[in-house]
Amino acid sequence: MPLVLLRAPLSELAGAREHELEGGTVLEALLALEAACPRVSGWVLDERRAIRQHINVYVNGQLARGDTVVGISDRVHVLPAITGG
Amino acid sequence: MTELLVGTKKGLFVLDGDVDAGFEVTARAFPGQSVEYAMRDPRSGRYLASVTSWFYGGRIWVADDPAGEWQEAEGTVLPEDGDASLARIWVIAAGEAEGMLYAGGDPGCLFESHDGGLTWALNRGLWDHPTRPDWTPGGGGLCLHTIVPWPGDPDRLMVAISAVGVWLSDDRGATWRYSNSGIVAGYAPEEARDMPIGYCVHNVRRAGGRPERLFMQFHGGVYRSDDAGASWIDVGNGTDLPSDFGFPIVVDPADPDSAYVIPLIGAEDRTTPGGSVRVWETRDAGATWAPRGNGLPESDAYLTVLREAFDSAGTGPGLELYFGATSGEVYGSGDAGANWAPVAAHLPPVYSVRTA
Repeated sequence: MPLVLLRAPLSELAGAREHELEGGTVLEALLALEAACPRVSGWVLDERRAIRQHINVYVNGQLARGDTVVGISDRVHVLPAITGG
Repeated sequence: MTELLVGTKKGLFVLDGDVDAGFEVTARAFPGQSVEYAMRDPRSGRYLASVTSWFYGGRIWVADDPAGEWQEAEGTVLPEDGDASLARIWVIAAGEAEGMLYAGGDPGCLFESHDGGLTWALNRGLWDHPTRPDWTPGGGGLCLHTIVPWPGDPDRLMVAISAVGVWLSDDRGATWRYSNSGIVAGYAPEEARDMPIGYCVHNVRRAGGRPERLFMQFHGGVYRSDDAGASWIDVGNGTDLPSDFGFPIVVDPADPDSAYVIPLIGAEDRTTPGGSVRVWETRDAGATWAPRGNGLPESDAYLTVLREAFDSAGTGPGLELYFGATSGEVYGSGDAGANWAPVAAHLPPVYSVRTA
């Protein structure tokens, strides 16, 4: 199972920083995160189940998309994008 | 003592005090996040705030104490099978029915709560309106920014959307009709100004004691309606107002002939004219306007005051007025605008000011 890693405030909403979740793609893993941690619902994925515009997801250090394939032992980092202002 | 809820680019600031003795910041919430709007429901005492994270989206939070724990409200989401995502909530307003609240957001959406703001549901009557494909956003987005209930009648409601126009409902939001007759959209080609929608309303307030009267600050024009929003009369042209452009409008609840605006130079230069900050007042329903500014900066002051950043408390000669600017200042008057004093000088860019 992929390991999804969160930072605050997502880790606070989810109750932990690391979550082992089912899923063959990034999107499936994030949906599994919402199912396991309902308070995260709407924070990473919007109503259309799209990754929010200013959220970056990395798989094993590589920038990924919702349809990026993930597998056992993959590390999925969910991070806010760098911004100014 | 007056409590001010000031929504800023970097969080919610709660200020307590009065104009004569001064104000102090008594609480800050949501540090670093944009607070578009915050209000206190006068019926329940509950605080509600619209908070938009650049990363995690927009949502409403509620609290009994703004310095304490805030709880995320549920339900301010758009249909999962649609192609739109909620950008932000612009405004929250108490309804007339018990526990009823409304929230307006971008893209042109209205949410309703029947439990004092804990849970919300999308108003489908407006969302599914057949004209929606023709709605075009303005520079601020397709924002539903104005919600005006009818005192004592929960069936009647007015909302306004930029750059779409005024909408009226007589059946508690089940059905809606646009109502922009009389408004002149000077930004549109002359041959296109007879359009049913496409009006960039900036803000609307209902007159006190005369609910069929409304005052509007338009994107180039100040208007009044005496027939519950069915038609609109220009009350800015030909007066002494230095500009017909501005964002907020406020009324004295004790005087149905009163309104206050804060003119800006125009759409291309949204700052106070001549570097002089003045609030303009009418006491004859818009026939004449006069500047009120004793105590406000008279020169070298180029402020921008956004549509939700002006509010009042009280009535009559003791009417309190407060406005904030995107440059971080908040000013207040305790005598219906005759005299002004600084309330705060160094806040982040101010998005909204509401008296609690």
